[in-house]
Amino acid sequence: MNLSAKLPEIKELFPLDDLLLTMATLTMIFGVITIAGALFYFKRWTWLWKEWLTTTDPKKIGVMYIIVAVLMLIRGFADAIMMRIQQAISVGDSEGIVSSDTFQQVFTAHGTIMIFFVAMGLMFGLINLVVPLQIGARDVAFPVLNSASFWLFVAGALLINLALAIGGEFAATGWLAYPPLSETQYSPGVGVDYWIWSIQIAGIGSLLSGINFLVTILKMRAPGMSLMKMPVFCWSVVGSMSLVIFAFPVLTATLAMLALDRTMGMHFFTADGGGNPMMYINLIWAWGHPEVYILILPAFGIFSEIVATFSRKKLFGYKSMVWAILAITVLSYLVWLHHFFTMGAGANVNAFFGIMTMIIAVPTGVKVFNWLFTMYRGRIRFTSPMYWFFGFVTTFTIGGVTGVMMAVPAIDFQVHNSLFLVAHFHNMIIGGVVFGYFAGLTYWFPKIFGFTLNEKLGKYAAWCWIIGFLVAFIPLYILGIMGATRRLDHYDPSMGWQGLFIVAGLGACIIGLGVMLQVLQFVVSFRDKRNNLDKTGDPWDGRTLEWSTKSPAPFYNFAVIPKVTRRDEFWEMKRDGTADKNPAYKDIHMPKNTGVGIYLAGFAFIFGFSTIWHVYWATALSTLGIIATLIIRSMNDDTEYTIPAKELEKLDTGKANV
Amino acid sequence: MQKKVSKKIRLIALGLVVVGVISALCVFLNGANLDILNPKGEIAGKQRDLIVFATLLSAIVVLPVFALTFFIGWRYKESNKKAKYTPEWGGNRILESIWWGIPIILILVLSIITFKSSHDLDPFKPIESNKKPITIQVVALQWKWLFIYPEEGIATVNYVEFPVNTPVNFEITADAPMNSFWIPQLGGQIYAMSGMSTHLNLIANETGSYDGSSANISGEGFASMKFVAKATAREDFDRWVDESHLKNNVLSQASYTELVKPSANETPTIYSDVDPELYTMIMKKYIASGRHGGHAE
Repeated sequence: MNLSAKLPEIKELFPLDDLLLTMATLTMIFGVITIAGALFYFKRWTWLWKEWLTTTDPKKIGVMYIIVAVLMLIRGFADAIMMRIQQAISVGDSEGIVSSDTFQQVFTAHGTIMIFFVAMGLMFGLINLVVPLQIGARDVAFPVLNSASFWLFVAGALLINLALAIGGEFAATGWLAYPPLSETQYSPGVGVDYWIWSIQIAGIGSLLSGINFLVTILKMRAPGMSLMKMPVFCWSVVGSMSLVIFAFPVLTATLAMLALDRTMGMHFFTADGGGNPMMYINLIWAWGHPEVYILILPAFGIFSEIVATFSRKKLFGYKSMVWAILAITVLSYLVWLHHFFTMGAGANVNAFFGIMTMIIAVPTGVKVFNWLFTMYRGRIRFTSPMYWFFGFVTTFTIGGVTGVMMAVPAIDFQVHNSLFLVAHFHNMIIGGVVFGYFAGLTYWFPKIFGFTLNEKLGKYAAWCWIIGFLVAFIPLYILGIMGATRRLDHYDPSMGWQGLFIVAGLGACIIGLGVMLQVLQFVVSFRDKRNNLDKTGDPWDGRTLEWSTKSPAPFYNFAVIPKVTRRDEFWEMKRDGTADKNPAYKDIHMPKNTGVGIYLAGFAFIFGFSTIWHVYWATALSTLGIIATLIIRSMNDDTEYTIPAKELEKLDTGKANV
Repeated sequence: MQKKVSKKIRLIALGLVVVGVISALCVFLNGANLDILNPKGEIAGKQRDLIVFATLLSAIVVLPVFALTFFIGWRYKESNKKAKYTPEWGGNRILESIWWGIPIILILVLSIITFKSSHDLDPFKPIESNKKPITIQVVALQWKWLFIYPEEGIATVNYVEFPVNTPVNFEITADAPMNSFWIPQLGGQIYAMSGMSTHLNLIANETGSYDGSSANISGEGFASMKFVAKATAREDFDRWVDESHLKNNVLSQASYTELVKPSANETPTIYSDVDPELYTMIMKKYIASGRHGGHAE
């Protein structure tokens, strides 16, 4: 590697670390200014405020979630590429493209951003888009709370991006910031504080969303839709949101204690002074493991919908599927210790958590077989969502095998914290969560925007992701077996790892091509949308209620709330010929838009920012601001408006004629 | 016709990619040391066997899944009008019992093995042997490993030597953020934490030099926390200890305060003498202040 040997000299001339930091900052500032400028130029601020920022429509909130998540995905992916370049060339005399410290910031940012702001954002986005439509509701249980959740998520995302611009450093502790490394003794800078407060604020948003959607599903289903007639996606959301409700308070409390350690000099988790870092590791995983299932359960739900629809056949073993989801939900609380068998808890404790972990493989395996037998004797259409499904089954199964292996504590001692582990969880998160969400986005896209996405580009993108994933992560499995630990910014050529790291880097590039194809897919689809309009509201010959209303779904979702008597109600209606009867319109009530969510999140942002910088008067003021906003809002009784039956009829039939 | 051709091309392209990747991997792996699958000690050997067993056991479920995925996907594609189509068929008790039942049985088998192996390969458990075990105290520092031989009265940095076929009892602590002590070819890892002493019992059954590292991020220089673990014949080890004593390089409490300062890429060092209380002192540094509920200073 001639080039990499020369890099140290080049680096002295141009300090790349600073350059990267400056570039990242400039890109962000440039982006903000461009968007703000464009909005002023086209005089769209009022429109933006009235139609989007203050909206209580879950579909619009869902779209905003997905936009933020995609922006964060690009940042997280840039981090991933930097890691792959560094590990491919930082061998022997070469120091790679960044210093150790920067490299550690990069992988910390990658993990934090991908989980908290990409995966969570896409998940809540999809849930917002789909759940009310699937249960035949016009809205969520607490529309203003929903808006507040979203804006808290945005406040967290802004804060974490500000770490580089104001403060000049990200946490360099790994994405879960284990103490004592994350304590002031070893990490005195503001990086860890930014990390704490950004995910603290976003996490509270997630908790509120969890409550909101669980209540929505339990209380707002269309008449006749008993729990066992619900679409499986909604069941998966029930599981996921129950996990959110129990797991996120643990995260909040843990982060609060770490923050007290850092800002008030307390000793919850310090190595000395009576603190106990092992407690932190237990607590953070008591949240962290359920978090994995919070993300994967909705992906399971999405695949259940997609496989049934594109096989034109009933979901096989509905009851099994529901029980499997519930079993996974309960079991996922009982496995957190498998993330640190190596802390030395003792054989009995390790064996218990190992066995609990393996048991999860049973309901998961059942789900896979049920999907396969949904396709069996079906009529499978190979649309791009099905490409994601096949990619999911093949990659996720490999991840399942390595997961069961690592559930055996004696095996885990060997592969823990190695690249084998890194490959395993990317297997689950990319092959499971990401593929699932992409499939869901493609599937429900026409329901929100009124036109389908370009299938050809979608399929190419899926191919790139699947092949790229294998090329990027199979080498990491092998490297782990060769004894390569994770998070190395540099290694010796005698280890013989470089070739595989280069292959992994190529894999990341193939995934990158997939990302570009997805961007292109969106652009092309938007350009050609006239050719791809979904005029029927049911482009895939769907089975569930969301396909019974128009595309794009009107802001009130359903002019008349459907009555449900069976599973797959819409599919059955189409067979009976009862799908298009003349509706009897009634007055409906919709929530008014409100800026309360933005104000709350704005104050929360100030709270976080001022706490990071120890400006406590601003912390106090923002706390007062939050309380005042809540009080003023609770005094406001004028929160809904009515659409009279006649106007509704006009809206409903008027659009149908277009 | 055109469609068929393009499909063929696509399949060929996919095949080429797969073949390319596999052959590339073979080239890279030719001569590569797959440490975990190439154990040099009893513990790592048993762990390797477990890995192989768990993989084969999972294959009982995974191979049918792969086969079914491709068979069903090919057989029931929409264009194949000859295939049976039963849109209302939504369940079958016998089939579902099979795929609830078989995984349960497999997991039951694996659970028993998990329970047994967790006890058998518990890192805290001394290894049975007719030879007297050797104790080596390990301290993770920023960013190097300190090894103290309490019986031999010597100490080393980033290098550890012990006799072959003799159980080694590593007592591990840290005067640094948490690390993880790992010698893949001899067996699994254990965390190194301040104020605590974890144990790792390993044995080398072949002489040789094995790579060791820290598997847990502990700050800027953590990638350089590598050491060599050398297993030698008993006579060679005794000779090495005697030669080490001859060096004029004492690890006292005073020189320890120098050593403990953060530094990376330390070259291996040997100390001819070491304060016997050093390990306990390092441990108590964190525990004692805890009893008083605050910093000593």
